[in-house]
Amino acid sequence: MVEVTLWGSLGAAAGGKSKIEIEAKDIRELFRKLAEQYPGLEPYINRGIAVAIDGTIYRDTWSKELPQGAEIFLLPRLVGG
Amino acid sequence: MNFDPRYSTRNFTSVGTRPIRPDGVDKVTGRARYGADFNMAGQLVGRVLRSPHAHAVIRKIDTSKAEKLTGVKAVITAADLPDLTDGDAAMYDILDNCMARKTAFYDGHAVAAVAAVDARTARQALKLIEVDYEVLPHVTDVDEAMKHSAPVLNDTIFTEGLEEKPAKPSNVTKRSQYGHGDVHEGFAQADYIVERSYRTEQTHQGYIEPHACVASVSSDGTADLWVCTQGHFVYRQHCAQLLGMDVSKLRVTSSEIGGGFGGKTHVWAEPVALALSRKAGRPVKLVMTREEVFRASGPTSATSIDVRIGARKDGTIAAAEATLRYSCGPYAGMWAELGAMTAFACYKLENVKTVGYEVLVNRPKTAAYRAPSAPMAAFAVESAVDELAKEVGMDPVEFRIRNAAQEGTRSSYGPVYGPIGIGPTLEAAKNHPHMKAPLGKNQGRGMACGFWFNFGGQTCTDLNIGMDGSVSLAVGTVDVGGSRASLSLVAAEELGIAYEQVKAVVADTSSLGYNDMTDGSRGTFSSSMATISAARNAIKILRERAAQTWDIPVDDVVWEKGHAIAKGDKYGNLAALSLKEIAAASGKTGGPIAGHSELVADGAGVSFATHICDIEVDPETGATRVVRYTVVQDAGKAVHPTYVEGQYQGGAAQGIGWALNEEYIYGKDGRLQNPGFLDYRIPVCSDLPMIDTQILEIPNPNHPYGVRGVGETSIVPPLAAIANAVSNAAGVRMTHIPMSPPRILAAIEAEQAG
Amino acid sequence: MAGVAVSTTINGDNVEYLCQPDETLLDVLRDRLGLTGAKEGCGTGDCGACSIILDDRLVCSCLVLGAEAEGRRVETVEGMAHGDRLHPLQQKFLEHAALQCGVCTPGFLIAAKDLLAKNPDPTEEEIRFGLAGNLCRCTGYDKIVRAVQDAASVMKGA
Repeated sequence: MVEVTLWGSLGAAAGGKSKIEIEAKDIRELFRKLAEQYPGLEPYINRGIAVAIDGTIYRDTWSKELPQGAEIFLLPRLVGG
Repeated sequence: MNFDPRYSTRNFTSVGTRPIRPDGVDKVTGRARYGADFNMAGQLVGRVLRSPHAHAVIRKIDTSKAEKLTGVKAVITAADLPDLTDGDAAMYDILDNCMARKTAFYDGHAVAAVAAVDARTARQALKLIEVDYEVLPHVTDVDEAMKHSAPVLNDTIFTEGLEEKPAKPSNVTKRSQYGHGDVHEGFAQADYIVERSYRTEQTHQGYIEPHACVASVSSDGTADLWVCTQGHFVYRQHCAQLLGMDVSKLRVTSSEIGGGFGGKTHVWAEPVALALSRKAGRPVKLVMTREEVFRASGPTSATSIDVRIGARKDGTIAAAEATLRYSCGPYAGMWAELGAMTAFACYKLENVKTVGYEVLVNRPKTAAYRAPSAPMAAFAVESAVDELAKEVGMDPVEFRIRNAAQEGTRSSYGPVYGPIGIGPTLEAAKNHPHMKAPLGKNQGRGMACGFWFNFGGQTCTDLNIGMDGSVSLAVGTVDVGGSRASLSLVAAEELGIAYEQVKAVVADTSSLGYNDMTDGSRGTFSSSMATISAARNAIKILRERAAQTWDIPVDDVVWEKGHAIAKGDKYGNLAALSLKEIAAASGKTGGPIAGHSELVADGAGVSFATHICDIEVDPETGATRVVRYTVVQDAGKAVHPTYVEGQYQGGAAQGIGWALNEEYIYGKDGRLQNPGFLDYRIPVCSDLPMIDTQILEIPNPNHPYGVRGVGETSIVPPLAAIANAVSNAAGVRMTHIPMSPPRILAAIEAEQAG
Repeated sequence: MAGVAVSTTINGDNVEYLCQPDETLLDVLRDRLGLTGAKEGCGTGDCGACSIILDDRLVCSCLVLGAEAEGRRVETVEGMAHGDRLHPLQQKFLEHAALQCGVCTPGFLIAAKDLLAKNPDPTEEEIRFGLAGNLCRCTGYDKIVRAVQDAASVMKGA
């Protein structure tokens, strides 16, 4: 079980929740379960969500494991110059 | 093979040295080929017709006269680029920006294009195209566009991110919010509060090379595109999608790129050139003029930002709040959101709240510009922080050190930080001789901090070892400022050979797997990771070949300093085999030796900088002079320190231009009044002093060498650092960027009038 | 429109070409003669990327007509090196990493060559004002100024 924190607008799409407990071993499973449990999140996931694990931002590594006790934070997928 | 990206300490041989770049000689002799330096046999000249109106419905376009002109081979409108985006809203916006469909949304919006035998014929043909416009009311100002009375650009837009869907459409596409704690409670604890509103004007990336491409579409559905871009694989993806082509049948070659800074990250003219070529059945070369570059490409957001920060008597920040409004041009973006995320990222805050509003205006589609959105937010926040330090009675550096984020701090955008460099850059700035240097008459000193995320992304690299032991490295991230040198150093380091033995090239889209573009400061970070991985894969093969030669188990062979060495006393008589020797024998030991790597280079470390500057202000005219400038920034590990310094200096110079001079000026008619380098004045050599740099190296734990991105952060602090210096010199707080002489003079006169 | 026949000297070679009366020298160099070292950054004489030397005078070739080269001497970046020996300015630009994207570099090299021909021992300020007609967006000019200073001292010693 990992605790996932959602950024403001994403929380609204998950029924006003800012924290979600979820059983997921990696980012792929996390996104799959989030979409199942909170259909409102699906468009955001399709548009792109980045996952910060203990402060490090992952944009594309869906195979990245979610360590127990790690701080998992969802952010919008960012753009750069 | 599984690649472990984690950092471990090591002694470097090649990395950290400063050799001459491999593409250097071509660039000083004029041989290097940029976007407009390439030609195909039988090519036509493409030109684009652009809207003279800021906002107008396109009722009808009559191209018949243009088509009849001798020498015209194709004329296209939006009808020749049908909508194939299949509900992908972001791609639809890109398509509509390439060629307006129903409405021209800004002065310079493309409405038609021609391909003709020469430039003169093409220009003549543009004049023969008749467009029937119904001119609509327009809005170019970000605050005006938010008002209920403003003309609405797109009546399908209802502000996202509100608790309830609004009843009416508006120009505000989205509200976003970040932060933690309770700012009301925080402000109640504050002994001092600074509250101000700030504005920044729209600027352009200002790359010296205009957008240019040569497109050739064959009737069998294959096509070639030569183009200056920050990401040829991304351009391929976008062009194929917009034109309904198979991705693999479109080969995109990236030319040398004459500057991008975020402005060459998505397509403008390329789908148009391909559509023209498809229709004409001949190659088409399309080069934008400088005026077109200003009117229709780039720019960054114009902004309006309110900041409120409160501090306790002991100098700790009790609460911080900001509302940020960023212009997006006519299409939705996430520019204010990036501002809201980065605004307070340098600080350790118990109570923080930022709100961003994305605002549509009749200006060109906003594009990324080096650490997009962060410089404006930092300008507002760092100006207020400076004022607050004064109120508290603390030195501005000490005040920032007191409140700086550190490992374990919850960032203002959410996650908790790992090891970061904001504290060390502040300490280095505090101890820098610049801080103690005496100031002259009418001079002021300012400093400010800046933050950028940095990204990684999809990356693919090929490393091929020649029979003579030389190494060719094919990378897929476009080299925007010396990365071929850095990546050659990394390959040399990993293989244990000389830098001169490696030759790095940027491969075209048919020769290498997909790569994300060079953005988010990822070029050297990501491709060095892929290069290390590819080199390690090649080393595995080199060891196998040595083991085969010696007829011993491969586990007994190690790779050290460019040689295979048989490990253990029993092999005492085996002489080490060099890479060269193994390569020479490769034909008889199993064929070519290569290492490949496909990976997602995630885990780019966040980056911080602190800048110090001295500015002289002429109180009679409001003119400014940059007297001294110092950049301190964390690089993680500087692979080629000279080019890292170059990134620091270049970002600072762009920030100086933004702070003091550069701005888009729109007339009442909504037309851009200064689309040229004469009136949109970027810094020239005589405007600047030498720019001192100090590279700090706080290793990124997620890169084998500790590398962080370095390209973007350097443009974040200058706006605020200069505003603080000008405010100190002029004795009046400057809140509007750019601080051009008339604005400074007006502020001084208003202050004197009391 | 009828073409204009032009006979000129480019980098020491006799060159003949036909061009349109309204065609710039920059377009002639790039499109007719294949000398793409000079770049078009603006087409209005503001960026200096198309700098060339015309009869010992530094000009923006986008502001000169191809027809105006008749009987004159044109120097471009392609003529700076002697065989495989780089001009000291070219060498120092490489050593100091005075280029990032490199698109402004040909213009800077030509402008710097002209500057040093007229003032072999310039101060930093003279270099900065001497090169103020050339725009660079990547470097912040620091390393360009240092490269020119270093080249000047090498050329004086030579």
